[in-house]
Amino acid sequence: MKSLTRQKRFEEVKRMSDGLDRVFIIGCGTCATMAKTGGVEEVGAMKARLQEAGKLVTGAVVIPTACDEMTAVLLEENKKAVEDARCIIVMACALGVQQVNLYLSKPVLPALDTLFIGMEKSPGYFFEACDQCGQCILGETAGICPLTACHKGLLNGPCGGTDKGKCEVDPEKDCAFTLIYERLREQGRLDLMRRYHPPRNHQVLPRPREVRIS
Amino acid sequence: MVSDLKKALGNNKFVITSEIGPPKGTALEKMYQHIEMLKGKVDALNVTDHQSSVMRYPSIGGCLAVRERGGEAVLQMTCRDRNRIALQAELLLAYSRGIKNVLCLTGDAVPVGDHGEARGIFDLDSVQLLHGIRQMEEGYDFGGNELQGAVEFCAGATVTPEAEPLEPQLIKFEKKIDAGAEFFQTQAIYDLERFAGFMEHARQFPVKILAGIVLLSSARMARFMNENVPGIFVPRELIDEMAAAPKGKALEKGIEIAGRTIKALKEEALCDGVHIMAINREEVVPEILAAAGL
Repeated sequence: MKSLTRQKRFEEVKRMSDGLDRVFIIGCGTCATMAKTGGVEEVGAMKARLQEAGKLVTGAVVIPTACDEMTAVLLEENKKAVEDARCIIVMACALGVQQVNLYLSKPVLPALDTLFIGMEKSPGYFFEACDQCGQCILGETAGICPLTACHKGLLNGPCGGTDKGKCEVDPEKDCAFTLIYERLREQGRLDLMRRYHPPRNHQVLPRPREVRIS
Repeated sequence: MVSDLKKALGNNKFVITSEIGPPKGTALEKMYQHIEMLKGKVDALNVTDHQSSVMRYPSIGGCLAVRERGGEAVLQMTCRDRNRIALQAELLLAYSRGIKNVLCLTGDAVPVGDHGEARGIFDLDSVQLLHGIRQMEEGYDFGGNELQGAVEFCAGATVTPEAEPLEPQLIKFEKKIDAGAEFFQTQAIYDLERFAGFMEHARQFPVKILAGIVLLSSARMARFMNENVPGIFVPRELIDEMAAAPKGKALEKGIEIAGRTIKALKEEALCDGVHIMAINREEVVPEILAAAGL
């Protein structure tokens, strides 16, 4: 499982940090490094661009996993540079941004957009595997999630836009229900496709979603 | 009160419905003209619901205009833009204003339309919508709460007889029937032999099938549909026939082909009627009917 990210346009990073002339940059050694959006190389490039844009970079660090509590230790180790900065630019997914936000009161700005939580199917190819809906139906859909694999998130079968196993939104993408159909047919379980799925409960855990584990 | 369309479908009559596409904006005169022109010539007028995900005057507005002019209206209802609360409210409004036919659709995807960044709702799908309508007829809303005054609809759905692969489509067709669909409009059909194969399957079920007739306006349009519209197959001979039409006469040829197709469907009793989609050219529907000998 990886958090897939994409770099924001530099102009947007500049706009967010407008008036905050001293910055500290944080990258992430896990997902953002893998996605080539916030590893050592990207953090170095961001540092150079920010300097070119007239910012003073007080420091830059790639934290092993930005979304865990070790982040507090790393911030402590870089205390002076962090204190000298007027804002923190985080090149990690939104979890990393919010982790840093837990420890600091100064502005923490995202340099990346978080796209989805993905699974690597083949080297370098990631797909969104789970919508975190709170009512898993993989047992009835041959292990293929129609909420993420079908553009419309349908439950009761393919829409009229499917064609030769592809999706109306993008002919490069597979139709979830063709995949589900083929796999269920192989398993001799097509009866599952005939089953009526009632409307989904969209309030399994009403937002804000929280869980307390004791 | 049973809807006039339901009566017509029950009378073993060859039923004809025609599509009305509302405009983008409030210049409604042309739509009104189409309604006036067609209301006495077809069994029902079926008003599209932001077809192809392009924002327009709403289906319910077009249906009210049909009712105000004494026509029989079919409310097209997609699940793309409204959650289950809004869908039910619109069904209550429709029923209270004499709109007693609903065509339940999932709806095209948002990115194919003109508001590509909008959120696609799809809180329900077409099968669930059909199911919910039957529940409302029993006097309960989709949440199981009692209604003060129920509804009664003739509910329909769509099917693509030439979908590929076909079996998932046929499974869904049966799910729609189980959920309460009484009639089906098919995706456009041009090849009657292939359509007859589908009808052989469909005849096992107690539902009425209206064959989709999409007017061809040029050979280019036919080729475009073959390449880009899922489940549409225009045979080579028809494309050649369109291409051979003299300059400026392609539309006439398209009308002739549509008329001929309808005539054959009726004479061979292949299906229970037709649904004519003369996209943006509703004014030629009477000519299509004349060409069909209707």
